[in-house]
Amino acid sequence: MNGRLMRAVVSDGAPLRILVDGVEVQAYTGDSLLVAVLAARNALRRHEFSNEMRAGFCLMGACQDCWVWLADGQRVRACTTVVAEGMHVVIAGVPGFPLP
Amino acid sequence: MTRVTIVGAGPAGIAAAHVLTAHGLSPVVIDEGLRPGGQIYRQPRPGLRLDIEALLGAEAENYRRTHATFANLKDRIDYRPRTLAWAIDDRTLHAIQGGAAATVDFDAIILATGATDRTLPIKGWTLPGVFTLGGAQVLLKEHGCLIGRRIVFCGSSPLLYLAAKQYRAMGAEIVAILDTTPLATKIAATGDLMAAPGTFWRGLGYMAALRRAGVAIHHGVQLRAFDGTAGVEAVRFRASRGEEITLPCDAVAVGFGLKPETQLAELAGVELRYDQVYRQWLPHADADGRCGGNVYVAGDGATVGGAQAAAVTGTLAARAVLEDFKIKVTGIDRARLRRQVARLRRFQRGLARAFAWPMDALRTLDDDVMVCRCEGVSAGELRASLRADFGPAEVNRLKAITRCGMGRCQGRFCALAAAELTAQTLRLPLEAVGRLRAQPPVKPLPLGINLVGNAAAAGLDGTSAPA
Repeated sequence: MNGRLMRAVVSDGAPLRILVDGVEVQAYTGDSLLVAVLAARNALRRHEFSNEMRAGFCLMGACQDCWVWLADGQRVRACTTVVAEGMHVVIAGVPGFPLP
Repeated sequence: MTRVTIVGAGPAGIAAAHVLTAHGLSPVVIDEGLRPGGQIYRQPRPGLRLDIEALLGAEAENYRRTHATFANLKDRIDYRPRTLAWAIDDRTLHAIQGGAAATVDFDAIILATGATDRTLPIKGWTLPGVFTLGGAQVLLKEHGCLIGRRIVFCGSSPLLYLAAKQYRAMGAEIVAILDTTPLATKIAATGDLMAAPGTFWRGLGYMAALRRAGVAIHHGVQLRAFDGTAGVEAVRFRASRGEEITLPCDAVAVGFGLKPETQLAELAGVELRYDQVYRQWLPHADADGRCGGNVYVAGDGATVGGAQAAAVTGTLAARAVLEDFKIKVTGIDRARLRRQVARLRRFQRGLARAFAWPMDALRTLDDDVMVCRCEGVSAGELRASLRADFGPAEVNRLKAITRCGMGRCQGRFCALAAAELTAQTLRLPLEAVGRLRAQPPVKPLPLGINLVGNAAAAGLDGTSAPA
């Protein structure tokens, strides 16, 4: 799947893997979680009060539009979270914790 | 020793810290960012092969100087990056750092909190692929990433041209620049813009270069909609001659100038006053940023003035602290700095006119457009609430009834539009409908901060987690 963001320059950061809905996605050390997910996917989450998909908006920690669920139940703000090996973002929802 | 806390490590905060350390003080510098520089001087993350100085062009010199200043003083301050200041109570600042709660007691506090993009609700503005103009620049500077491949830059801001130029240089296709302010309005603001002739001519140069490169620039447009299903696929607008045009794209950067982050100032007891030109409520301070009660403001968080003004106002605010605490000041020509700030702010007021906030667009905003992105409150819901018998006559009541502004962003991205809609619907002047009050915490906090106190359990970015 084509990502929403385009990497315009190469990163020397070591490659690492995260999971998005159980599927491996390549990221780089130093990526924000937002960059890592949106370089490979269209959106970050489903909005709580509508059926809309959201992909962040302000990109500087103010609008809080980019909160994502992790598979372990945490929610984090993707634009200010530094990506780490093995992080598992759940866009489709956590089993047993259905999204609206 | 006088205990000074600075919130923000952008150009204003760094300049203030520089003055204080030069006079023997050791301020605490709290910053939400990972690295110093603020939004304007964001540094590329380590290892990124981005030539930031080439990207910044004319701003490279100031970028370099700001970071050199910080490098020189960082051992003499208590620098706390990735730390969220979420409340001020008397002479205590409340923060979370690494997921753990912390308090900082101060004798004086300098708030250099910066600004975010001023936005306007537009049909489809919540679609994936629509980002703020400032955000688009931040993503490029820090991560070397573009918000998409074929991009429309729209809104009304001098940054439209700078950002488009930067994006083009990095390989993006600029579909068009859609500026909502008519050319005639821009020309009428030339007088004030000549307060900073260098910046003025540089801006015109960006426009000319984009035109030469074949980028379509439309002035005086009305933005109709960002269309798409899974994400933005086109921008629809009405051109100044009246024709409707649809431009296919895969990303949109939109911004209408800046909105100061005034929440902490308000919590610290600073009076906010309505400003006619910006149509916003701004902290009331004297010429040096003194607000009373040992609170000082500097940079765009005080009044939008740009990066250069931010550094100068940071210097002036720190100088005011020294003066108020009877510390002998050396090497600062206050009169000259004040003249500089006055000139730069006059320029910014010129910009505010040349790149106007198109609040009239809200009059024709369809009822089904979401005004509050967080809580999903539409223009129609707001209007219905305002028109109801015994309906709200000011915005805090409107918030209580509709939840507009009650979400995670605390009204940062809907409050101005909600206030304009309220004023229009009730036929009141904007200042009569009030402003959304700031509430602590000014950003979401993790539930477990005091109980757990470690980053792993409280949100991986260490500064915040869902409320």
